[in-house]
Amino acid sequence: MAEAIDTLLRVEHLTMRFGGLVAVDDLSFEVRQGHIAALIGPNGAGKTTVFNCITGFYKPSEGRLGLRHGKPAVWDALDALTDSGARRRIHPNGTLFLLERMPDYLVARQARVARTFQNIRLFPGMTVLENLLVAQHNRLMFASGYTLLGVLGFPSYTRAERSAIDKARDWLNRIGLLARADDPAGDLPYGAQRRLEIARAMCTDPVLLCLDEPAAGLNPHESAELNELLLAIRDEFAISVLLIEHDMTVVMEISDHVVVLDYGVKIADGAPDAVRNDDKVIAAYLGIAGEDVQSVEAEVGL
Amino acid sequence: MAVLAHSAGESGRARRPNIARERSPFVVALHDAGITALIAFGVLLPLIGFQTVQNINEVLVLRTRWPLLFSLVAIIGASRFVYAVSVAPWLARRAARPVAAAPPGWRSLVGRWFVPFAIGFVIAYPAIVLFSAGFRGALKWVDNFGIQILIYVMLGWGLNIVVGLAGLLDLGYVAFYAVGAYSYALLATHFGFAFWILLPLAGILASFWGILLGFPVLRLRGDYLAIVTLAFGEIIRIVLVNWVSLTNGYAGIGGIPRPSFFGIPFTADDNGFAAVFGLQFSPIYRTIFLYYVILALALLTCFVTVRLRRLPVGRAWEALREDEIACRSLGINTTNTKLTAFAMGAMFAGFAGSFFAARQGFISPESFTFLESATILSIVVLGGMGSQIGVAIAAVVMIGGTEIMRQLDFLKDIFGSTFDPTQYRMLLFGFAMVAIMIWRPRGLVATRSPSVFLTERKTIAADLVKEGHG
Repeated sequence: MAEAIDTLLRVEHLTMRFGGLVAVDDLSFEVRQGHIAALIGPNGAGKTTVFNCITGFYKPSEGRLGLRHGKPAVWDALDALTDSGARRRIHPNGTLFLLERMPDYLVARQARVARTFQNIRLFPGMTVLENLLVAQHNRLMFASGYTLLGVLGFPSYTRAERSAIDKARDWLNRIGLLARADDPAGDLPYGAQRRLEIARAMCTDPVLLCLDEPAAGLNPHESAELNELLLAIRDEFAISVLLIEHDMTVVMEISDHVVVLDYGVKIADGAPDAVRNDDKVIAAYLGIAGEDVQSVEAEVGL
Repeated sequence: MAVLAHSAGESGRARRPNIARERSPFVVALHDAGITALIAFGVLLPLIGFQTVQNINEVLVLRTRWPLLFSLVAIIGASRFVYAVSVAPWLARRAARPVAAAPPGWRSLVGRWFVPFAIGFVIAYPAIVLFSAGFRGALKWVDNFGIQILIYVMLGWGLNIVVGLAGLLDLGYVAFYAVGAYSYALLATHFGFAFWILLPLAGILASFWGILLGFPVLRLRGDYLAIVTLAFGEIIRIVLVNWVSLTNGYAGIGGIPRPSFFGIPFTADDNGFAAVFGLQFSPIYRTIFLYYVILALALLTCFVTVRLRRLPVGRAWEALREDEIACRSLGINTTNTKLTAFAMGAMFAGFAGSFFAARQGFISPESFTFLESATILSIVVLGGMGSQIGVAIAAVVMIGGTEIMRQLDFLKDIFGSTFDPTQYRMLLFGFAMVAIMIWRPRGLVATRSPSVFLTERKTIAADLVKEGHG
């Protein structure tokens, strides 16, 4: 277990079948604590399916998705937890989760994996501030005594709500939307909606942030801002980020680690520079690699 | 024929634009009216033009009603002509006029003072009626108007939680109203429990049924959810009809104990309310007491709903209406959130139901038909989903309108003694709905007021707010 010393998320033999279609085939990779990992691949490679499996929206056909809170030593209990049939095992120095056994909302609430969506899913008819308060639902729900104390107007809830608003204000300041806090989220420009969705995910206090194409539809200036935001999230909060992205300027600049999928199979895994020069990756993106051109031409008979 | 010749000439309009420009608005209106009359003729010919009647030999014969048909077609055509000549240009001029930049001052003034004024008015209402109509006349106004409307205001507010906030279309809401009413009726007649004990109990039982309905429909959305809730409402009603040994079937349950004034009954004897307070006996005291009970219950519903909207559970309901998947990604248990919405809505219906049973003294399944669900739902939809004020106004208009139609006896002098204005109730509702859906497609109060704000509370335009999954 030496190499897994600061692994946060461990995906092992993940397979997802939809009827006869194998969307993800025996995929294994790891995301380390405080790293930004990118999941890239051509369209239809199965990236979003992997996300949906990790965040509990799909139940994987096969595979194990382990996530740890606390000390790396809790990984030692992984096999015991798997055999026990439980969803999680709480240790004195941390907790181990098996995400494939948890429904979506518990992945977010207990395992603290937050996500954003490829097609933005804000609450458009609620204000920007309300969007960030909904994200802090579970803490506020507890503070309001599961609604009972809140209806009676107990001060503990008022305090909790004030601190939740402070936290939201903090994030709005960070993403530059403080002036628009009281506007409906559906009125924001596209780039601001993307940033708001990330801020909303961060308001759930995640340990792992899964971003599905956060730079899609952003102009170069906005992409650069996004890079800064993601690096700040990684460095200030020590949160791991797993992102799906097509914008290579984002992927190559900020990620510590890149996993490349093609037709549901992992074809490369490593540092950005290594992946960029990988023959298989070039072949997947551009058709075939440079040095193969002659041999292919010979095969075809040119 | 002039119309046909005209429309034949119209095909040449594109080629000769200068001629088209010369056409006077009078001719355009005539053309328009002609087409409208033709359509009316086509539609009304089978509906009004022909009639089948049994003759003396009990054989069906076809009769024609040309005078009636043609006079109707003429009226429609003439109305269209008047519209096209006078109303349509005015509308076009109005649309072309730039919108005033600043909102008129009186509107914000009305907005600020409407709620306190309305609450003051409903509190003072029995006194106002007593002074203006006297003891005998006031009974009708407090009972038929006051109590009846407030029951529907309360039901509307209760359903508003499910439909307006959580966005779950419930077509069987009256089932919970029935559960509340029968809980009170059965427990009070069999075990003699008092109204104030059974009121919360009826609410709890109704919310229990709300959860019971909630479980199977959790995974359903849109039309499917609506159908299942509708079926649930019918199941409850049919059980009430057929379980004769418990509910006495169609005959209903009579002799339901009336609520007392904290132990003092509203009777004419020496221990009665009037005697204890040294007043002359009158049934109006009980009615006024019931009025204040339902007023308090309705205000409680409103207060709790407004409070819940600002609590995490209320925000979760609204978030659920906006986007369920996003809710789940934020760790919100959508199952529990939906069930609490169903349970809360059902609880208030249960309160209203037990009040209804206590007020009537007699209940039968007739009072809990689908029409009731439809009425309550249309109150919520017309008022504006999620808006407390809009729902209250819609309830006043719809239920008050029905009651007013019952009072319009002078119409009998005009249309003959067999004319019953209440028979046209549904027709007028239909017109009202069509009109509202044309001019205010999201209900009377369509904007959403945010539950929390940082610097300034801005209302949210209706087109951004989602309607939920069904």
